[in-house]
Amino acid sequence: MKSYILPQYLVERDDYRCIRCEVCVRQCAFDVHWYDEEEDAVFADESKCVGCLRCATLCPTNALVVRHNPTEHPPNANWTRDVLQNIYKQAETGGVLLTGMGCDRDYPIYWDRIVLDASQVTNPSIDPLREPMELRTYLGAKPDALQVEGKGKKVSLRTRITPQLRLETPIMFSAISYGAISFNACESLARAAAEMGTYYNTGEGGLHRDLYKYGDHTICQVASGRFGVHADYLEVAAALEIKIGQGAKPGIGGHLPGEKVSAEISRTRMIPKGTDALSPAPHHDIYSIEDLAQLIYALKEATHWKKPVSVKIAAVHNSAAIASGMVRAGADIIALDGIRGGTGAAPTMIRDNVGIPIELALAAVDDRLRQEGIRNRASIVVAGGIRSSADVIKAIALGADAVYIGTAALVAMGCHVCQKCYTGKCNWGIATQDPYLSKRLNPEVGARRLVNLLTAWSHEIMEMLGGMGINAVESLRGNRLRLRGVGLSQEELDILGIKHAGA
Amino acid sequence: MKIEVDHHSGLPGVFVRVDGKVRINARQLHYRELNNMIKGAAAEGAEEIVVDNVYGQRYIGSGIRRAVNITVHGVPGNDLGAFMDGPRITVDRNAQDGVGNTMNSGVIVVHGRAGDIVAMGMRGGRIFIREGVGYRAAIHMKEYRKFRPVLVIGGETQDFLGEYMAGGLVIVLGLGKKGKASFAARHIGTGMHGGLIFMRGMVEEHQLGKEAAAVQASDEDKELIRPFVEEYAGYFGGDPREIMRSGFLKLFAKSHRPFGGLYAY
Ligand code: SF4
Ligand code: SF4
Repeated sequence: MKSYILPQYLVERDDYRCIRCEVCVRQCAFDVHWYDEEEDAVFADESKCVGCLRCATLCPTNALVVRHNPTEHPPNANWTRDVLQNIYKQAETGGVLLTGMGCDRDYPIYWDRIVLDASQVTNPSIDPLREPMELRTYLGAKPDALQVEGKGKKVSLRTRITPQLRLETPIMFSAISYGAISFNACESLARAAAEMGTYYNTGEGGLHRDLYKYGDHTICQVASGRFGVHADYLEVAAALEIKIGQGAKPGIGGHLPGEKVSAEISRTRMIPKGTDALSPAPHHDIYSIEDLAQLIYALKEATHWKKPVSVKIAAVHNSAAIASGMVRAGADIIALDGIRGGTGAAPTMIRDNVGIPIELALAAVDDRLRQEGIRNRASIVVAGGIRSSADVIKAIALGADAVYIGTAALVAMGCHVCQKCYTGKCNWGIATQDPYLSKRLNPEVGARRLVNLLTAWSHEIMEMLGGMGINAVESLRGNRLRLRGVGLSQEELDILGIKHAGA
Repeated sequence: MKIEVDHHSGLPGVFVRVDGKVRINARQLHYRELNNMIKGAAAEGAEEIVVDNVYGQRYIGSGIRRAVNITVHGVPGNDLGAFMDGPRITVDRNAQDGVGNTMNSGVIVVHGRAGDIVAMGMRGGRIFIREGVGYRAAIHMKEYRKFRPVLVIGGETQDFLGEYMAGGLVIVLGLGKKGKASFAARHIGTGMHGGLIFMRGMVEEHQLGKEAAAVQASDEDKELIRPFVEEYAGYFGGDPREIMRSGFLKLFAKSHRPFGGLYAY
């Protein structure tokens, strides 16, 4: 069948600059570039280009320009280019459209409609370069009240504090499974988390033996497929997370196609090589809040009550009520993943149309838990489209204890958000299991880039905190008075619980 | 007879050692207290732990990593042996939901029936249920190298047996039926992509999920299940040769990649 799909990108090569080094030819796993000896020239098959910019970035002479194909479809607000191209693709394959990374539709990004406060004249600002500034954050259930005993200098805590995670900065790396990304990418995340005193999350693909040494900085996920979940895995983790849902694909399961289940992945997931790894949509032992409680306590019992248990859900319409149930079911941490949350593979229609923006979900959940007087019983971690330190600090002021970053972390390692993770051919060595590609990401360099990112964001957070005259991130949590909306409707302001700028 | 009352409980008579055997009276104990005692005894090297008066306490056997014998008198609660790695549990009555949930190794023997999702996500070890089980038994059971889980069900099963099954061996004996046994369960092996289910008796085509197929088990196939049928008879009585003489259906996955062609790349 002749394909009607137009190339998404055009590859323009300045022949004068090109020195025929063939770097682009070797770097492109999608086989866009090839060298013709007879003509002594390099050519491109643009229909294969995914726009990851690996070639343009590595070309030693800047001979390459990759641009969005400017060919215009007949102008039409309904039948846009994306709509038509999707229909052609489906008419040619009969398949469900797949994509990677997070929703790319232009739903409002509330972070960009919220501004922060700063001190002027009264309540002087603090200079974090000279004065102590505290970013340390503890995740886990906090008691309703503290009881102390003893007299004079010998005072001790009588209240038994349940297990907590200690973060040196309120930023963790989101759940990304080994399988969705390469071993080197996992190792980069693990090393960076350990160096920064924070945590990364295994996702649902188990934990590779070589990464057990970072266990103190690892949150191990237990998802519906229960891949690689066994006693050692539960024991080595700093915390456990029950994955109910994910922002990129709320309500559906997932599967890692058999061709990605290599020998190493098979060992880690503990399934035979080459079989599909199916994650059912629900956990089949969880059909209710009571059942969720049962799994939470099963995990606590299996790990001798020594670790906090997180429960992760996708942000959906009634997240607030669900979150209340989760807290009552014994979750120590509630992880909320918004509609812009990333994935290695999701059906496009689901990624782009199911779920709600994380800002609204966070505000609603924090409100609800406060109204019910149970906010202290769990920490809130938000994910799904956190792009900068400003997003982090706004999330904390809206009510989050910490954030998870996924896409931003991958970008730090080289990802260019081409959304083709599901092909397994990531030229940046991230979303791939091909050893030729994955060795492009040196875990030492990957970790360095991640550490740099977190260091920079942490400094920026301190600067912004200092500007507000606050010296501990704890004091900002849920302090929505330090936020103002710009250009938002009254309804949006009400949900976010903030005033409009100027008010 | 040497009896010592142990430090594991302040209550007299709750936790005692009789000739080195640990005996716990679970009446009035919360599951956390009970499991603490069981784990504590296991950690101290007990070989035999007998628990009396169990009334629905959950997670028994969970979090223990050695081959200790645990005998449960009474009806244990949900998630018996969840994430279990080594123990050998015998229950003298019925069991509830989630027996052997995500279990890694060990043996569970239930002298009665069991509830839903028996052997869910089980990866290793063996489970023997004397009578029938509820819905979704062996859901997402999987196998890996030396780990090959086995579930033997003496009676009937309800719908969705072996849903999403990715590995392991399930044997349904359908004992206690008169005449030629035929099963009532539907959607058997829905989403199945690995493992084998053997059913003694009749299953119609329409009772199978669309990812599963059934053939008459050959003699060679039957050799595969014989040791487990013998083990079953060893626990609960019955004549294994007699059981093995009947016809078995072998259910298997039509493909290891059931959803391979679903997507547009
Ligand atoms: S990498 Fe640049 S210089 Fe080298 S062959 Fe490709 S276009 Fe030419
Ligand atoms: S991880 Fe790789 S494949 Fe996925 S969006 Fe980033 S660059 Fe593209």
